[in-house]
Amino acid sequence: MTTKLFGEPVRRREDARLIVGKGRYLDDIGHTARAAAFVRSPHAHARITDIDVEGALDVEGLVAIYTYEDLTGPMAEPLPVLIPHPQLHAPRTGYPLANGEVNHVGEPIVMVVATDRYVAEDAAERIQVSYEELPVVVGVDAARAATVAVHEDIPDNVAARHHQETADVDAALAASPHTLEFTQYIERSACMPMEGKGVHARWDADDASLRVYTSTQASTSVRAAIAAKLELSLDAVEVIAPDVGGGFGVKIVHPWPEELLVPMAAIALQTEVKWTEDRREHFIGSAHERQQRQEIRVGYDDEGRVTALDVHAWHDNGAYTPYGIIVPIVTATQLVGPYAIPAYRVVVESVYTNTVIVTPYRGAGRPQGCYAMERTMDRIADALGLDRALVRERNLITPDQFPYDHRLTFQDGRPVIYDSGDYPGLLAKLRALVGWEQAETLRADAAGRGKLLGIGMAMYVEGTGPGPYEGGHVQVLGSGKVLVSTGLTSQGQGHETVFAQIVASELGVPIEDIEVTTGDTRRFGYAVGTFASRAAVMSGNAIALAARGVKEKALRIAADVLEADPGDLEIDEGVVQVKGTPGASIPLRTVAVLSNPLRYAFDEAAKQATQFARQGSDDKPPVAEGDAPGLEHRDYYSPIRSTFASGAHAAIVEIDPATWEIDVVKYAVVHDCGNVVNPMIVEGQVHGGVAQGVGGALYERMAYDADGQLQNASFMDFLMPYASEVPDIDIDHQETPSPLNPLGIKGAGEAGVIPGTAAIASAIEDAVGRRISAMPISPTELYDLVRAPDTERTAASRRREGTGAMA
Amino acid sequence: MSSVDTDRTITVTVNGVPREATVPARRLLSDALRHDLGLTGTHVGCEHGVCGACTVLVDGDPVRSCLLLAVQVDGHEVTTVEGLARDDGQGGQVLHPVQEAFRECHALQCGFCTPGFLVTIAAGLEKRAADGKATAELTEDEVDDMVGGNLCRCTGYANIKKAVHHAAAAMKDGAP
Repeated sequence: MTTKLFGEPVRRREDARLIVGKGRYLDDIGHTARAAAFVRSPHAHARITDIDVEGALDVEGLVAIYTYEDLTGPMAEPLPVLIPHPQLHAPRTGYPLANGEVNHVGEPIVMVVATDRYVAEDAAERIQVSYEELPVVVGVDAARAATVAVHEDIPDNVAARHHQETADVDAALAASPHTLEFTQYIERSACMPMEGKGVHARWDADDASLRVYTSTQASTSVRAAIAAKLELSLDAVEVIAPDVGGGFGVKIVHPWPEELLVPMAAIALQTEVKWTEDRREHFIGSAHERQQRQEIRVGYDDEGRVTALDVHAWHDNGAYTPYGIIVPIVTATQLVGPYAIPAYRVVVESVYTNTVIVTPYRGAGRPQGCYAMERTMDRIADALGLDRALVRERNLITPDQFPYDHRLTFQDGRPVIYDSGDYPGLLAKLRALVGWEQAETLRADAAGRGKLLGIGMAMYVEGTGPGPYEGGHVQVLGSGKVLVSTGLTSQGQGHETVFAQIVASELGVPIEDIEVTTGDTRRFGYAVGTFASRAAVMSGNAIALAARGVKEKALRIAADVLEADPGDLEIDEGVVQVKGTPGASIPLRTVAVLSNPLRYAFDEAAKQATQFARQGSDDKPPVAEGDAPGLEHRDYYSPIRSTFASGAHAAIVEIDPATWEIDVVKYAVVHDCGNVVNPMIVEGQVHGGVAQGVGGALYERMAYDADGQLQNASFMDFLMPYASEVPDIDIDHQETPSPLNPLGIKGAGEAGVIPGTAAIASAIEDAVGRRISAMPISPTELYDLVRAPDTERTAASRRREGTGAMA
Repeated sequence: MSSVDTDRTITVTVNGVPREATVPARRLLSDALRHDLGLTGTHVGCEHGVCGACTVLVDGDPVRSCLLLAVQVDGHEVTTVEGLARDDGQGGQVLHPVQEAFRECHALQCGFCTPGFLVTIAAGLEKRAADGKATAELTEDEVDDMVGGNLCRCTGYANIKKAVHHAAAAMKDGAP
């Protein structure tokens, strides 16, 4: 066994409990808790004229009913705008329970607490809410037309107008040898973790303290929100993210109304209260993402080099903007991808609709940006009759251009300066991996079988690991156990394993001795959260720094005992030893005991340590100035700006011209996230991301009707991929370490999903020779598109037709 | 409505142990297992029978425990994820080959859907063995059958399929 585990495919430590049914997810906690259920709006836009709870009152087992009228103090105020922005000129948020108006189906109106969930739902369905229905806005185009307003005082439905411009785009366009312009759409999907949200709260009256478990991506911030909204001291509230059954973004939003209401009820009722979201609630009450209308104008030269890019997008933010304009900003700034764009202007108008809120879903605006940029590259190639890979290659930022400054401002308020990368390297690897040059042979072969084959690609750069900070704490106990904690949460990424690998490598201890805790405010109070592919970058580096701090202290103490220079010592297998001098050693656990001058002999470790203990000098305090008892260290990592991971995907599709079924027959991924801590886990992240990318390209959409009713709010009707829908994935890696952080790593969590829609749209367009300008696309939509007389044909298909190849 | 009026006492053999529970007639099997018997390894992902996270074995066959009432399994045998491992006779447990395979192949991330996959695949592989096919080459069609009815949002299924092959190979080599 080795302690040098950084970079190794170490099997996951989480799995031991998860494969035997011993995980502890939210609904596994508190079997005797009172259960909460919600009356939610059945209308997309309405005034509430009356709430009649009379019918519920005789339900046996009913404990309490809450409406807006029962909310007091800060709870009666609107929910916070978490991330304000100067360009978010008209932010709106809802209330924990609706205050006279509902703006989307699923908005909570009444909370019922009862002896169990069955009874709570019985009572909830007996509550009569009367409504005066209002006209409804669904979809970006309706929001943009603004014949109806979602919020009365925002007649144009525009929440924000985000604008960035790197040069005089009008002049650059006017001077461009060629220009083209087009409009395209991308639809809504959602994170859809297998475990929905859930909250459990317990008030300890004797201790006057609140413990809350919540299925969240940001426990420290939920804690702060609860303390503020319920007017409690921060130290009276502890929040723990237990095992969380997937997040993908929806659980970074906080506080969800239920995260405030359930603790409020637990305090009021002096009992345990729990709410476990059901799947329908999750569809209509939790967040979605991705719908945009994109109008793009691009200027380019004869070689296909972009001279100017002008993007005007409309982004559907749903009914409220609790998460600010993060998604529009990410689309705006990540759109440029791996390309050098001399003049770029982007305006994203974030617009209200009477649908559930839009907040980050894995990728968080990047898939839309990638779709805009990559489809632009395809259009340029088509117009000029050039190979799509060649046009991309001509526009790539080259390895000698790093650090590369796009002159844009990222989601963290910092400049978009790419730290490192090798984009031509990615492209070369991708062409080889997918067999780009053999596409025409494959096309002819498929044609022989009566199938339409097409190939497409998409490249991306992903800002990962934004700040402002994460922290890590590492403590060596007298038992030899090494306790590691970070405030950031886990939703299945394998943090317990990855962070343990980092500590094992940094500190020289066996991984078996390391215990990692994440997302528990009792252990670490300061954190930002798990999103934007930041866990490994942020907490990984913070924990590495904390481990280095522990190592430094351990060597200092051991040097004193061993009468050696700290520089001559090393730690291996949990033992501090003089390099090259067998026998001159002291176990790290003993150093831990020695680090504390108070050494009651509670155990053998303490007794053994006495043999090493040296009498301190009488004229110095037992704990030196600036020192602290215990072998532990806390440190923070706060980067000057994000790291930028990158990748390139290619898809080959075969389409059956009888059924128009679209089969992804090959999917190739080249991926660069800098130094890799655990390649097995990174590949797993890529697999999962690609599955969501394929789902978003071909199957998943939120089918709202014109009345704002979500028509497919179940797993029967919302087509999330099963194994049969996910293609085999070929992966190749490239590693360009980040110069910005001690471990040289970049994030990997979201990468897999980003280019899926763009690459598959490109492949379908290549197969059928018709312009694909709305995604996702179903077989029926493809059939209609091909049959419609006014559908634009690609120049490539006309050229192929000229050569007799099947179009 | 008072639930007392409809309470029923049922006897179910769960993971080899006879268990008695008094439950309202409308109680779902998934809720009874999780909240009455404390077996929280069975997870509830959709409550409409599509995702498969709540799959348990009733008399050896995979069923969706969110689509059954607890009273329907009165007198039957139920196996949950907690019952897949065997006692090793020395106070410890021996994992089922499919559990070992999931860990070895990184076939789980958040782990929420995992119990449903594990019991479904375990039943599939055991049925195959019972049919005398333990030593026959496992086909991709067989794998697709075993994993095709359950949803996973994390893994993209590649490693789950790999784990099925891994488990089948282990069972072929005479693993328990």
